[in-house]
This record gives sequence, C-alpha cells and structure tokens, in this order.
Amino acid sequence: MTEERADPPADLPFRDRGRLAGALLRWETLLLFVGVALFIFNALATPYFLNPWTLSDATFNFTEKAIIALAVALLVISGEIDLSVASIVALASIAMGAVAEIGGPLPVIVATGLAVGVLAGAVNGVIVTAFALPSIVVTIGTLSLYRGIGYIVLGDGVFKNYPPEFAIFGQSYVWWVISFELASFLVLAVLFAILLHKTPFGRSIYAIGNNTLAARFAGIRVERVKFLLFCLSGLMAGVASVMLTSRLGSTRPTIAFGWELEIVTMVVLGGVSILGGSGSIPGVVIAAFVMGLITFGLGLLNVPGVVMSVAIGSVLIFVIALPRILAMVRR
Amino acid sequence: MNSRVEIDADPSATAPASPAPVLEVAGIGKDFPGVRALHDVSLTLRPGRVMALVGENGAGKSTLVKLLSGIYQPDAGSIRLFGKPVKLPSAAASARMGISVIHQETVLFNELTVAENIFAGHYPTTRLGQVDWPEMRRRSTEILAQLEAYIGPNVVLKDLSIASRHIVAMARALVGDSPIMIMDEPTAAMSHREIEELYRIVERLRAEGRAILFISHKFDEIFRIADDYTVLRDGELVGTGAIEDTSRDALVTMMVGREISQVFPKSAVEIGEVMLEARHLSHPTEFDDISFQVRQGEILGVYGLIGAGRTEVMQAIAGVGQRYDGEVLLNGETVPQGRADKVIRKGIVYVPEERGLHGAVLQLPIYQNKTLPNLGAYTRRGFLDLAREVEHSREYARLLDLRAAHLSQEVGTLSGGNQQKVVIGKWMMTAPRVLILDEPTKGIDIGSKAQVHRLVSRMAQNGLAIVLVSSEIPEVLGISDRILVMRAGRVVAELGRQEADAETLVRHAIGVN
Repeated sequence: MTEERADPPADLPFRDRGRLAGALLRWETLLLFVGVALFIFNALATPYFLNPWTLSDATFNFTEKAIIALAVALLVISGEIDLSVASIVALASIAMGAVAEIGGPLPVIVATGLAVGVLAGAVNGVIVTAFALPSIVVTIGTLSLYRGIGYIVLGDGVFKNYPPEFAIFGQSYVWWVISFELASFLVLAVLFAILLHKTPFGRSIYAIGNNTLAARFAGIRVERVKFLLFCLSGLMAGVASVMLTSRLGSTRPTIAFGWELEIVTMVVLGGVSILGGSGSIPGVVIAAFVMGLITFGLGLLNVPGVVMSVAIGSVLIFVIALPRILAMVRR
Repeated sequence: MNSRVEIDADPSATAPASPAPVLEVAGIGKDFPGVRALHDVSLTLRPGRVMALVGENGAGKSTLVKLLSGIYQPDAGSIRLFGKPVKLPSAAASARMGISVIHQETVLFNELTVAENIFAGHYPTTRLGQVDWPEMRRRSTEILAQLEAYIGPNVVLKDLSIASRHIVAMARALVGDSPIMIMDEPTAAMSHREIEELYRIVERLRAEGRAILFISHKFDEIFRIADDYTVLRDGELVGTGAIEDTSRDALVTMMVGREISQVFPKSAVEIGEVMLEARHLSHPTEFDDISFQVRQGEILGVYGLIGAGRTEVMQAIAGVGQRYDGEVLLNGETVPQGRADKVIRKGIVYVPEERGLHGAVLQLPIYQNKTLPNLGAYTRRGFLDLAREVEHSREYARLLDLRAAHLSQEVGTLSGGNQQKVVIGKWMMTAPRVLILDEPTKGIDIGSKAQVHRLVSRMAQNGLAIVLVSSEIPEVLGISDRILVMRAGRVVAELGRQEADAETLVRHAIGVN
C-alpha cells in the first residue's frame, strides 16, 4: 500500500524516473495504436480511402460531435454530465432558422445560435447546482424539454432561408482539404487542453471530480465551477449547431437526433472516467478520430445505420466495463 | 414468546453468585497500519449483568465492538462463546451466534415500516415462500410490547422520533433472541425522558438474563445502569470490576491517568494582539453562544467529547459548515460566512479532521494537493506555473519531513502520517494568520505526532494564532496556552495552562463536578 523511502530525502524529485513503461500503457497511447490499426484496416479495405478528399469528407462525420465532446469531457471529469446537448443543438438551430426566416443578417443568426446554446446550458447549470440534483436526471429532462420546444415551434416544417454566406461554417475549407469545421475543432481542442491542463480552473475540475468535499474545504467554489461548465457545454452545442445547420443548409426538429450517445461514447472512449476525476483532452481528441474511423470503416463495409448504432453501443459498454474486466483478470 | 436465554455452559464453572460467562474475550489485539488500536484486552460478559465499557475517544471501545460484531478480525487473542472458542468472520456470523449490536448511529431503513425494519433480512415466510405479513406484524407488536413501546408496526420509520427509532433498533436485536447485546452509546442523541425509557428497557433485558455490553462515557448513566465496568485507555485494559466497588473519581483517574511525556511542549512565545475573535456564535441545533479569542503566538486548545460541537463551530468559522448567528472577527474585521474561499484569503485556514474525506484529494499528486487552497498564488497570466508549484511543494515537503518517492505520487498511496503532513502543509502554504487544526494527530503514528506538535509550536512562534481541537488530553494539556472545554454545543469551561489538568478537563467534558 505505502510506497515510501526509509531515509529522509532532502529534496523530493518531481516525478518518478524511468516510467517509459507507464507512459506506453497510458490509455491515450493504446487508443492511438487502435486508431492507427483502424486506419490501416480502412486503407486495405478500399483503394479510395487514402485519397485526401475522401479523408477530408470522413472528418465531417465527427467534428461537430467532437466539439461538443470537448466540453462534455470537462463536465464528466467534474462528476457531472450533460445529456441534453443534442437537443440544445436542435433548439439553437431552430432559433437561428427563425431569425433567418425574418431576414436577420449573418452575425445575428450566428449570435442567436451561440446565445441559445449558452442559455440552455445555463438553465441546466442552475437546476443542477441550485437544487443539488443529479445532472444525469436533470439533463434527461431538458433533453426532452428542449427537443419538445423545437417540435412545438417547427412542427413538421423546415427552416431553410439561410443566407448563402451562412454556408462558410459547414461547407468551406480553410486550406486545401482542411475544412473550416476540422480546423475549428483542432483549435478548440488546443484551447480546451490548455483550459483543463494548464489553468487553475482546470485543476479545480479534477479536484471536484475526485473529492467534492475536499475541494470545497480548499475554498473552491464548486457550484460556480459546475455552472460555468454547463454554460460551456451549451456554448459548444451552439457552435456545433452553427456548423451543422450551415452544412445541411436547413433545420428540421429532428436535427442532431440521438447525438448524445456518440458524444458520451467519445468522452468515455477517450479515457475520461464516467465516475469523474480523471481523463484528458488529448484522449478525447484521439477518441474522436477513432470513432470517425470506425463509422467510416463500417460505412465502407456497407453496414446499415442501425447496425452502426449497435456497434457504437457495444463500444461504449465495452470501454466502460474494461477497467472492471482488467481488475478481475488481475485478481 | 419465550425470550428466556438458555445457556449452554460448562457445568464446572457454574456458581450461583456468579453465573457462567456467555462471552469471554482473552488477550485480544488489533493493529492498523501505524496504530495499535487494541492490545491484550480481556473482557467477560455474564448473563443478567450489564457491563459498562468506558474510555476516552480513541481508547479502543469502537474497535472492540467491531471485533465482537464481526466487522474486524483480531490479530491476537481469542473469543469464547458459551465456553467454546469461536471465530466471527462476518457481521452475519456474529448475529447468528447470538451477538446483536445496536450501533451509535442506528442502521435502519427510513422508508420501510417498523415491522419491515425489525425483521429486515429474516422475514417470516409462508409455506409458499411469500412474506408472512400478518405474522410479521403480530410478532413486531409482541416484541415492541415487551419493550413497553407501543409503536404501530405499520408506521414508516422516518415518521418516528430518534428515540423511537432506537427502540425499533433494539426490537430488531430482540428478534433473534440474542443472549448478548452490545449497545454503542445508545443515549448519545436522546432526550432525558427517552433515556429513562431506555434504562427501563435495559433493566428488563437484564432481568431476562441477557448479557449486555453498554458503551458510554456518561458517568450518570454508568452508575445508574451498569453492574460491572471495564476501562480502556490507548487500546489497553486499565481496569475492570464491579461498579459497587469503584467511584467516579477512580474511573476518571483510570480513563486519563497517563503520562504526558509524549508531547512536545510548546516553547515560550510572546503572546501578541487578538487575532481571531468569535462572538456569540449560535446555531439552532449544533452549538450555542460560543465566544472566544485567540492571540498571535497563542495556542488555544479545544477539548470535548465526540459530539460536543467543536468541529461544527470550527467548520462554520471556516465557511464550510453551517451558517451561524453571531460574528467572527479577524484582526477586528468581520469574516464573511459560508464562503471558504474568502475565509482562506483573509488568512483563516481550517485543517479538517477527516483527512481522506475533507483534507486531501487522495487521487491527485502531492504537489497538486498542496497548491489547491491557493491556486491563485501559482498562476501567472492565467496559467498555472508548474515550476513554482513544484518548488514551493518541495520546500514544504522538506520542512515537514515528508516521506514519499516523488512529488507526483498520489496522496492516497502515502501512510496516514505522511498524508497528514501533506494536508497540514497545504494549509501552511497559504501563509495563514490563523490556523485551526481539528484532531491533527488522529490516527497517525507516534513519530509523526511528535513532528506535528513541533510544527504547531513553531508556527505559534512565527506569530500565528492557533486553535487546536483535540480529544487527546495529553496533547491539549501539553501544547495549549489556554483550553476551552465544550459539552453539548456550549463552552463549559475556559482554563489557563496552570489550572488545567486531565481530571478537570474530563470532569467538565462529561459534566461531573
């Protein structure tokens, strides 16, 4: 149990030396190998895969979800979860569609999408923190609520009067095959990694997720941090909504339906403990690419969508069970 | 229902004056990493007699109860039931063999009915294997009537008073007709009238021939109800005998009589201005009219039994506990309530008693724990300054003689004493003006204890005002300049260094004068 030196050390080293084996066994490293294997598999399965434009197209499958997953990862590390994100995407998209219908200019449309996202996230945050309710239940409630509002507003109609310039968010390329979406995801990933791993705010997220009471005793304002994380999750859903709506060019109330499953899968696959307290942004980023490769590979094999959701569900359960299975094997 | 206890005893030991023991514990011992909880303790329970188990906090009473109820396994010694050596591998086994325990905090199901609670785990069944509800209700009423408690079997437990719940817990213990009953401070949360009721029940159980082990540190109660006593101190047996052959004074002496040599005494320090002042702090249920002052360089000891409200007051001041009426002043300025971050920034820090629960984030590395209360100081332009975190953590690791492999080691992998050094260090690193320590040496080895005492003394020398909450009398006496004694949420005595001795403290704490 204890791992201590007998002699009083004058100065403690910062880190154990010679932990290469430990680094190699890290989840992120294993995941990277899985990703490479899937890449090779896809390349062998079809000659078209290695075409840069095919690869570029493949990224559209997951970048919007991955952007949301970055924020949901922070929430899960803090011990909370947001399952309403896909419904927030829909709500934001409908709000943007409504603004576009009455001829609102591009900046107003985008601002509306982002603002609705933040607002919906803030509502989640207030309910969870002010009433000390479990977020899994609260956000299942708002999942239904936000989506329901969308149905009431739009019925079985469609908003599609977006100005032509709106297409840049989901359909343009910043350089050669690098889409605006992919570039945004990579930039956001770097920002989130800095936020989580290099700032006091990120440090408090880990402390809260591991031991809320000790965090509180250390003067961390637990409710405030959690509220901000819900807002952030809403904001990222808003960002994803702008991109998705722009890519599709229209809004229906079923937009982004069921995305929360894939987003949570990405987060957990990325090594974030569903119980809170551990995980990293690089892990989530690698997981996003792995998920993209899985869905693309299954697509190449002509696997229908229904079977694909079976595969994703299986991945989710397997990854959650893996630590337990390993513990059982070790015993 | 026949509740008479049949005793399968060795006939040669039977004597009319002193019936054969039902339970004999001989030379039992239990060690935890770094702490010897019990050493060579023996105890004999006889039918129809109530044995009081007495001792200070941490004397080993609870450990003994846990050994008898099968929760812990002894490292040494033996347990004999009805003359036969037994092992008690689990709580279920212990219950099956006739030992039932009523814990301090009753373990019951609030959402279930009284009858369901009484029979939980061994519901009577019909031939078809269904729960026999009429039988269960009938027997519940019967057992409750035995206890002279007329509680309806269909009442949901959460609608009952605390005292009635204790009676339900006792009824539950009676279901198995256990010949041996252990009651772990059952009166701790009861009112006077409820306590009287409990005494009647205990007397009744005794008359039925059960052997009862009654844990208490209330002297009135011990002399009211017990036939025999056993005193534990520091995990060792210090005395046992019949109540009629002893006195309150003799028991108090047995409880506390110990040398104070293990404590590093505080060095003489010039006492400065008043730093922290509490004025009439009150809370509806936890504490009442608490006032005190602590000066620069001074160590204020706060003694009391568990449940006296010491921790509640200190956590309220630290902004992590209940809100209070009254006022806390630091250097004459009001300290805000309910905001630990502001309290810490003002310079008041609270080192909590529960190391793993409140003190440290066990899963995080040492250095991250150490900088947590004051992350702002390790931030440059919005980003954490890792080099500074490591440097400062290393400095305090050296100061506190922290034994670890490296600074990135998870705190949970350290021993208790070293975890405590991390926790104390993390609060020292905020450069506080007032340090409130809650049981800082609980559960750590002797060597680490001495280091903690030396450290506290040195911090006083550096001009900090220190509040030391402790249940260890030698610690309080050895290191404090003044001592407050709390009982039942109030300050009942304030003693100077000269007037305080172990007996006086205990007398005030338990309310015997």
